[in-house]
Amino acid sequence: MESVRCGAVEDAVISPAPIKPACLFACLPQTLLISTTEGTVLSLLSMSVFGPVVKIHPVVLASICDSYERRNEGASRVIGTLLGTIDKHSIEVTNCFSVPHNESEDEVAVDMEFAKNMYELHKRVSPTEVIIGWYATGFDITEHSVLIHEYYSREASNPIHLTVDTALQSGKMNIRAYVSAQMGVPGKTVGVMFTPLTVKYVYYDTERIGVDLLQRTRLTPSRTNGLTSDLSQVGGAAARVQDMLTTVLAYIEDVLSGKVTADNSVGRFLMDLVNKVPTISPEDFENMLNSNINDLLMVTYLSNLTQAQIALNEKLVLL
Amino acid sequence: MASRKESTSVSSTAMASTGGTLDSPVKQIQIEGLVVLKIIKHYQEEGQGSEVVQGVLLGLVVDDRLEITNCFPFPQHTEDDADFDEVQYQMEMMRSLRHVNIDHLHVGWYQSTYYGSFVSRALLDSQFSYQHAIEESVVLIYDPIKTAQGSLSLKAYRLTPKLMEICKEKDFTPEGLKKANIGFEQMFEEVPIVIKNSHLINVLMWELEDKSTVADKHELLNLSSSNHLEKSLQLLMDRVDDMSQDIVKYNTYSRNLSKQQQQKHQYLQRRQQENAQRQSRGEPPLPEEDISKLFKPPQPPPRMDTLLIAGQINNYCQNVKEFTSQNLGKLFMAEALQGHN
Repeated sequence: MESVRCGAVEDAVISPAPIKPACLFACLPQTLLISTTEGTVLSLLSMSVFGPVVKIHPVVLASICDSYERRNEGASRVIGTLLGTIDKHSIEVTNCFSVPHNESEDEVAVDMEFAKNMYELHKRVSPTEVIIGWYATGFDITEHSVLIHEYYSREASNPIHLTVDTALQSGKMNIRAYVSAQMGVPGKTVGVMFTPLTVKYVYYDTERIGVDLLQRTRLTPSRTNGLTSDLSQVGGAAARVQDMLTTVLAYIEDVLSGKVTADNSVGRFLMDLVNKVPTISPEDFENMLNSNINDLLMVTYLSNLTQAQIALNEKLVLL
Repeated sequence: MASRKESTSVSSTAMASTGGTLDSPVKQIQIEGLVVLKIIKHYQEEGQGSEVVQGVLLGLVVDDRLEITNCFPFPQHTEDDADFDEVQYQMEMMRSLRHVNIDHLHVGWYQSTYYGSFVSRALLDSQFSYQHAIEESVVLIYDPIKTAQGSLSLKAYRLTPKLMEICKEKDFTPEGLKKANIGFEQMFEEVPIVIKNSHLINVLMWELEDKSTVADKHELLNLSSSNHLEKSLQLLMDRVDDMSQDIVKYNTYSRNLSKQQQQKHQYLQRRQQENAQRQSRGEPPLPEEDISKLFKPPQPPPRMDTLLIAGQINNYCQNVKEFTSQNLGKLFMAEALQGHN
C-alpha cells in the first residue's frame, strides 16, 4: 500500500497507514494539501474560507478545557458533542458535553449510546439546541477524526468539527473549526477534506460581564477572586474608564509632539467623544441632579423606615 | 412547587456523607468559572421573564470550603410531567457525568431570582430538605437583572441552625417561634464566594481577550435608575401589603384570644357565684364542666409566613439601598464631569 504523505509549509501533518478512500487533512488556513493514492500532490495557496461562520460561546470552551483536565489516565485527547443552533449563514455553538471514548493506534471506539442519552437529557432543558458537530482537543486532525466525523454525520447534517489545542503545542490555544467536504474523482477515489471555517466569539451581555469577572482571576497568584459589591464596583468601573482616558491622552500627546502621525478616523472618534458630554446650562443641570438625588434619598429613607418597621413588629410579636 | 425529593438526595449522598459529620458549617464557597458561565447561560436561554430557572450544583467539600466544580440545569417544571421525571433526569445525569469524571456529588442548588424576590416557602422547603440530607449544601441565588446592570450578582445562602431546628419540629406557632427566639435576620446566613480558575482556563481567558472585540463594559456607569427603582418599589409595596394583612390577622387572633380569656374568666366567676349560692341554699353544686370544650381556643396563625415576608422585605430594602448608593456615586461623578465643561 502506498503511504500517503502530506506536508505543509509550516507544520507537517502525516497520515499513518492509508485507508482505501484517501484521507486529506487541513493544515493551515492558508494552504491546503490534497494527496491521493496515486501520490499526486496538489497545493492550494491562500484558500478563502467558505461555509458558515462559527460563533462560539465561552461556556463551550470552558467546558472543553474542564473535560480535558478531567480526562482518564492514558487518554491523550478528549472528544465530545457540540450543541447549538443553525442559522442561514452561521452556526452558533452554545453547549457541549464530553463523550467517553477509547483511542489506540489502529482503532477508535466512541460510546455513542452515552452521547445519545446525554443529548436527550440536554434536550429536555433546552429544546432548541441540536447536535451540530463535535469537538476534539489536540492539534491535528487524525485519521480517527475522520471516522468519528462519519459517526456524527449520521446524527447531524453537515457537522462541524472543532479542535482546541489544550496541550498548547504552538504556545497558543488554537481554536479552529472545520467542516467536511467530499472530494476526489467520483467513482474512483473519493476522499474527505476538512475545510476550515471562521471562528468568532459571541457573548450574551450577562456572559460578557461574567467573563470580565473571570478575567480578573488572571491577576492574582492564587487564581482566586472575590465578588465585590456596592460602591467599590462603581469605583472599579470609573478606574477602568480613567485608564482608557489616559491611554487616549498619551496618544494625543504623541500626535501633538509629532511622534506619531495623526490618523483622521481616530480624530473623528475623539471629536465624537468630546461632543458626547452634553452641554446643558448649569441651572438646568443643577435641577436635574437635585431631583435625581432627591428621588434616591427618598427611596433610601423609605427602605430604612420599612426595615425599622418590620424589626419593631418582630420585637412586639416576640414580647 | 414540590420540594426536591429527599429520598433521592439521601441515596445519592450515601457516598457524600464524608462531610456529614462536620461540626462547623462551610465558611467559604469556591466556585469555578465554568459554573458561573453555565448558570448565566442557562438563565439567558431558558429563563426570560419572571420565570425561575433552577439547577443542581456538584462539587466537593474541602476543609471548611465548599468547592463547586460543575452544575447542570433542571428542565422547566411543566404541569404535564410527573415529578417522577425530575428524579429520573437527575439520576441519569449524575450517572452520565460520573463516566466523564465530573464530580457527581450533590452540594446544593441554584436558582435565579427576579429583582431579589426569592425568600419564599418553596425555597425554604427545598433548602431545608437539601441541608437536612447534606450538611453543607447551599443555595446560590443568581440575579440576572443586577448582573445585566454591570456586575455579577451571585450570592450563596444557607439556613441558620436555629431555622433548621424549627423546620424540623414543624412548629410554626407564635409560641414555638418565641421559644426559638428567631428573628427575620437570623433566617439565612450568607456565605462569601470566591471564584477560582484553573491554569488552563486562565490560558483560555487570555485567548479570548486577544481575539474578542473590546466589550462595552460601561453598563455599570449607566445613569438611568428610575425603571429599576420603580419595579423594586412596586415589589416592596406588594410585600408590605401582604405583611399588613398578616399583621391584621395576628391582631384579630390576639384580640379573640384575650376576649376568650375574659369570657372564660367571667364564666368561672359566675360558676363560683352560683355554686356559692347553691351551697347557701343547700343544693348540690353544679358539676364542673370542661371549660376547654365550651370555649374552643382560636387557631393561632402560623408565623412562618410572616417571618418569610419580613425576610423578603428586608432583602428588598437592602437591594434598594445598595442600588441607590451606587447611583448617588454615579450622579456625583456626572456632576464633576459637567462642572469642568
